[in-house]
Amino acid sequence: MKNVLLIAGKEIQECLRNRWVIAMTLLLAALALSLAFLGSAPTGNVGTAALDVVIVSLSSLTIFVVPLVALLISHDAIVGEMERGTMLLLLSYPVSRLQVLLGKFLGHLAVLSFATILGYGAAAFALAVSGAAITASSWVAFTSMILTSILLGAVFIALGYLISALVRERATAAGVAIGIWLLLVVLFDMALLGALVVDQGKTISSAVLSALLLFNPTDIYRLFNLAGAENISVLSNMSGIAESGRLSPLVLLMTLVAWVIVPLALAGLAFSRREL
Amino acid sequence: MTAIAELDHVTKRYGAIEAVRDVSLKLEAGETVALVGHNGAGKTTLFKLMVGLSRPTSGSIRVLGDDPAAGEFAARKRLGYLPESVSFNGALTGREVLSFYVRLKDVPMAKIDELLARVGLTAASNRPIRTYSKGMRQRLGLIQALFGDPLLLLLDEPTTGLDPALRQEFYEIVQELQQAGATIVLSSHALTELEERARRVIIMNRGVVVANGSIEQLHRIAGLPVRIRVTVASGQAQGLAALVGPVPNWREINGHLVEFDAAPGAKIALIRRATDKGGPAEDVTIIQPTLDDLYAHFLRTHGEAL
Repeated sequence: MKNVLLIAGKEIQECLRNRWVIAMTLLLAALALSLAFLGSAPTGNVGTAALDVVIVSLSSLTIFVVPLVALLISHDAIVGEMERGTMLLLLSYPVSRLQVLLGKFLGHLAVLSFATILGYGAAAFALAVSGAAITASSWVAFTSMILTSILLGAVFIALGYLISALVRERATAAGVAIGIWLLLVVLFDMALLGALVVDQGKTISSAVLSALLLFNPTDIYRLFNLAGAENISVLSNMSGIAESGRLSPLVLLMTLVAWVIVPLALAGLAFSRREL
Repeated sequence: MTAIAELDHVTKRYGAIEAVRDVSLKLEAGETVALVGHNGAGKTTLFKLMVGLSRPTSGSIRVLGDDPAAGEFAARKRLGYLPESVSFNGALTGREVLSFYVRLKDVPMAKIDELLARVGLTAASNRPIRTYSKGMRQRLGLIQALFGDPLLLLLDEPTTGLDPALRQEFYEIVQELQQAGATIVLSSHALTELEERARRVIIMNRGVVVANGSIEQLHRIAGLPVRIRVTVASGQAQGLAALVGPVPNWREINGHLVEFDAAPGAKIALIRRATDKGGPAEDVTIIQPTLDDLYAHFLRTHGEAL
């Protein structure tokens, strides 16, 4: 455990040094703040709590941005250090490869959590200060959005490691990472939508649809945040899926956790078989 | 003596290339071994196998009681490794990198300052490593290899990039460790440099160990002739030739200097004759074959002798 924390600490130190932390925090804060103020202006008189609107727009944005950021910091983690030669020395030390991987994961997750909490928190804080009335349930929904955003980030960090442990070159890792991002963030939903339109509800039942959605972590995140709380599901037009879906928040959460553990375990397996 | 590390019929194949072929060797406690060979002879692969960075295709390895191929790493606490071209994250300072590695090996922080001072890196220790020269990086690599009073020190081309003064300093550190009982494996191209340091020489060629023994043993096995150089009074070279008799590679450099080869067995007799009372000899120099000559010999005869 000590080794894991040491490696995590070094990873955080490196992310601080190469300005990853500050860049990521500023990016997320800028997006959240602009959504909080631009987004709430037109709906201000409808009567929905401003924070709920922010949750809807911000979680839609999270689906695009957080996976991208997570893949950016993680795709390079193993293959990059191998190419630069720094892995050679690290692995000659009394640490196991699993410890190295877990340490990196903890470090990167800490950096991402810091950026998300600070960046998104800034938006909520600004709303609260500007006098918007925020109900307790909105706060709960906002907090759970931040936590699941971090979890979504963890999924893509783990996927990034898996890519990094499998490919031979950094450039390949970057290419595959972009491919994975496109697939899970854009193409998967488009394909699903296309299938639904073509099918006209003949073979794809709502149960099948729910099951299919579990194959994409970004959809799980979307379901959890946009269809979870009642206010928000109405606001986000997700109530239809939520009602027919029968997926409890717990199931969604567990599946998202599995989306972290499985790629991470596979990355560990691939990394332990790698030779330098 | 106990074996610190043992390789048993180890072969490592990368695709069709056999980087290391059927290598068996033992490193005893406290010995210093020079690992010698061309680029691509398999030295670096051998180090990587011992550290556990790659796994042997066949054969078994034990290092300080661990099987590195199985991912065992407890003993690496007492193992120092300096890779061939050591690299660090350039954004961090020397001190930051060292304090990370020192904690991974559970060594007190005070060791950092002691070693920084030793290799003359104290002043640069708070600068980012990207500003370091090759020699400074090499010194940083050396420091980290010395953490934890290593029982086994694997140094892959340790003196590349070091100036002569630092080279000297480096060998002094090695000697101290040697006296403290550490087992040291050095690989290098600079053979003459290793000649006085190593008790044992292992010569590799294309993945195969072609010679393995003390320098004296290797000299004996190789049976290389020594070169005898005699200074004679002007114009007396022919007189010397008559005295010595027929010898291989007779060469008159100028009127004063004559050189010839002497097989190890015939050395004493030849010198006696050459320096006979009343003869023309004024001075005699004996030139021993160097490690370079030995190396060349074993590379040439590889396949015949073994």
